[in-house]
Amino acid sequence: MVALDSAIARYMIDPWPERQNARVVVSGSGGTKIGNREERGAKTTRKREMRTIKALAALAILALMAACSNNEAAIPASTTVTPGSIADFRQNVGDRVYFDTDMSSIRPDGRATLDKQAAWLKQYSNYQITIEGHCDERGTREYNFALGERRATAVRQYLVAQGLPADRIKTISYGKERPEVVGSDEGAWARNRRGVTTLQ
Amino acid sequence: MMQLRHLRTLLCAGVLAALAVPAHAQLTIDMTKPSFEPVPIAIVDFSGDAVGAQIAEVIRNDLQNSGLFRSIPSSAFIQRTVDSNAAPRFADWRGVGAQGLVVGQMTNVGGNIKVDFRLWDVVVGQQAAGLSFNSQPNNWRRLGHIISDAIYKRVTGEEGYFDTRVAYVSESGPLTSRVKRIAIMDQDGANNRYITDGRTLAVTPRFSPTLQEIVYMAYGEGPTPPKVYLQNVDSGQRQLLGNFPGMSFAPRFSPDGSRVAMSLSEGGRTSLYEMSVRGGGPRRLTTSTAIDTSPSYSNDGTQIVFNSDRGGTQQLYVMSSGGGGEKRISFGDGRYATPVWSPRGDYIAFTKIMPGSFGIGIMRPDGSGERVLANGYLVEGPTWAPNGRVLMYFEQQPNGAGRAGSVTLHSIDITGRFGRQVPTPTDASDPAWSPLIPQ
Repeated sequence: MVALDSAIARYMIDPWPERQNARVVVSGSGGTKIGNREERGAKTTRKREMRTIKALAALAILALMAACSNNEAAIPASTTVTPGSIADFRQNVGDRVYFDTDMSSIRPDGRATLDKQAAWLKQYSNYQITIEGHCDERGTREYNFALGERRATAVRQYLVAQGLPADRIKTISYGKERPEVVGSDEGAWARNRRGVTTLQ
Repeated sequence: MMQLRHLRTLLCAGVLAALAVPAHAQLTIDMTKPSFEPVPIAIVDFSGDAVGAQIAEVIRNDLQNSGLFRSIPSSAFIQRTVDSNAAPRFADWRGVGAQGLVVGQMTNVGGNIKVDFRLWDVVVGQQAAGLSFNSQPNNWRRLGHIISDAIYKRVTGEEGYFDTRVAYVSESGPLTSRVKRIAIMDQDGANNRYITDGRTLAVTPRFSPTLQEIVYMAYGEGPTPPKVYLQNVDSGQRQLLGNFPGMSFAPRFSPDGSRVAMSLSEGGRTSLYEMSVRGGGPRRLTTSTAIDTSPSYSNDGTQIVFNSDRGGTQQLYVMSSGGGGEKRISFGDGRYATPVWSPRGDYIAFTKIMPGSFGIGIMRPDGSGERVLANGYLVEGPTWAPNGRVLMYFEQQPNGAGRAGSVTLHSIDITGRFGRQVPTPTDASDPAWSPLIPQ
C-alpha cells in the first residue's frame, strides 16, 4: 500500500484580475519634454492648429473617399480642379515619391516631383505640410518605423533645400502599417516604399 | 500585500514537500535530449461537478500543447473512476501506457471552490505531487493552469508557463486602413478582451516582467507622431511615457519593471533612450546617426541588446545598460532584428531577414550557437515565455492581389521540435508573453 502524502498546501488564490497590484498612476504627470523651448510656448497655438487640422482632415478624408470611389488611377490628369486646392496638388503636381529597398535617398524621378511640389507650395503658402514616410512589408515593424521617419525626413530636407521654410513641414512615419497597395510582389513593395506630402 | 506574501510562502512549501518525496522517480523529462518521446499522461476528469471535467480539459490542453506530454484519451482508461484520496490501481494505468496519472476533485465550500489534485508516478507507483486550492468559482480555468504548471515543473524541472497571459495586436479590416488594437488573452486563448479601442493604431505591446502592466506604442488622432504608453491591463489606467516632439517607439521594460528603454526619432536619426516609469527625464543611451531600435535588457539588467544599421545593414549589438561599449554580436548571413533577451539569460531570440524569407532564431548572448527555429514568408517578433524555454512570434502569409494574407500567432520551444499555431479570434501580431501571474 502506498501512503498518501499528507503535506498538501492549502491556500487562497486571489481573484483574477488582481486589483491589489494595480500601480497607482499619478494623473497628469505630464511626462518630460526634450527639444526646444518653443515646444511649450507653442502649445496654445498648436491647439488652435489642431482644430483647423481636424476640420481640414475631415475635408481631406471626404476628398480621399471621392477619389477612391472613382478609382484613383482612372482620374484623367486633365480633370478641372481649382488651382491651389489639395486636389490640384495631388493631380497636377503629384503628392508622393518612391524609394528603393531599405533606402531613403531621393531618386531622380522623385527629385522631379519634389521640385514641382516646392514650386507649387511656394505659390500656395497657406498650407501646413506633413510628410508621411512609409515602407514595404519586408522589414520588422519597429525598424520600419525608423526607416519611414528617415524617408519622411529626406523629403522634408529636400523641400527645405528648395527654399520652403522648415517650420512649415512636419514629418510622421507609418512604417509598414499603411500600405498603398496590397500585394507581396515587387510591384506592390515598390509603391509602398513612399514619401507622401500631405497638406493641412 | 502581507496576505499575498504569506500565501506565496505556503505555495512554495507545498511544492517542496511534494517534490521531496520521490527522488528516484521515473516521471521526468530532459527536454534538451536529442531524441525525445512525449510523456504519456492520463488526466482523469476531476470529481465533483461539471467544472471538474472542464478543469481536467484545461490541464490536458496545456500539457498536450507543450509538446512534452501526450494526453491519453479517456476512452482508453481501464479504471474509470479514481478516488482522489486513495492510491490508484497502478497496474491498470501501466496497462494503458501511462507514466503519469492526474486525479483531482472539486468541491464547493461556502461559495468558494476547493480543488485538490494529485500527480501519480505510475512507473514507480508513488505520489509525485499533491496540492489543494481554494478560490472563487469563476477562477476555475486559472486553477487548471496552476495545476498544469505544478505538473510541468515536477516532470521537467523547469518552471511552468501556463498561468500566464499574452498581449498582442488584434488586426482587422483591409490592409490599407487596418485597425490594430491591443488585446489580451490567457496563454491558451481563453478570456480574450481588448485593451485599446482601435480608433488609432496601437502596436508592439510588451509586458512588465513583474506586474500586470504593458507598454505599447500608439498613434494619436490626426497626423501627430506616435508615443509610448504604460497601461495596467486590469484597471485600464493609462499613462503617457515621455512626451517627445518626435516619434517614440519600440518600448521594453527593464527586468525589475522600473525603467523602459525605447527609441526616439529626431531629424531622421533614431537613438535609444531610457525612461523611469515613475517619471523623470529621459536618459540617452546611444548617439549614432543611424537607426538604433528594438532594445531589450539582459535578465540581470546590466546590458541591452538592440539592432542598428550603423554598420550598413541591420545587425545586433550589445552594450552596457547605461550606454557605451557597443559590440556587434550577429555575423551570419542576412539582417537581424528584434532581439529579445531570455528571462533566463542564456539566449537572445531574434528575427532574421534573409532574401525571400524571414526566420525566428536564438543565439547565445555572445553571438555564438545561432539556430533558426522557424521560417516563413514573414515571421517576426519573438517573445519569451517566463521560463525561457518557449517562444511565441507572429507569421504573415503573402498577400494576394488586393487580398491580405493571414497573420497568426505561433509558439515554438527552443529545440525547434514543438511548433503550433496559437488560436486568436482575429488576425494577430506582436505577441507579448506575461510573467507568471502573482498568486
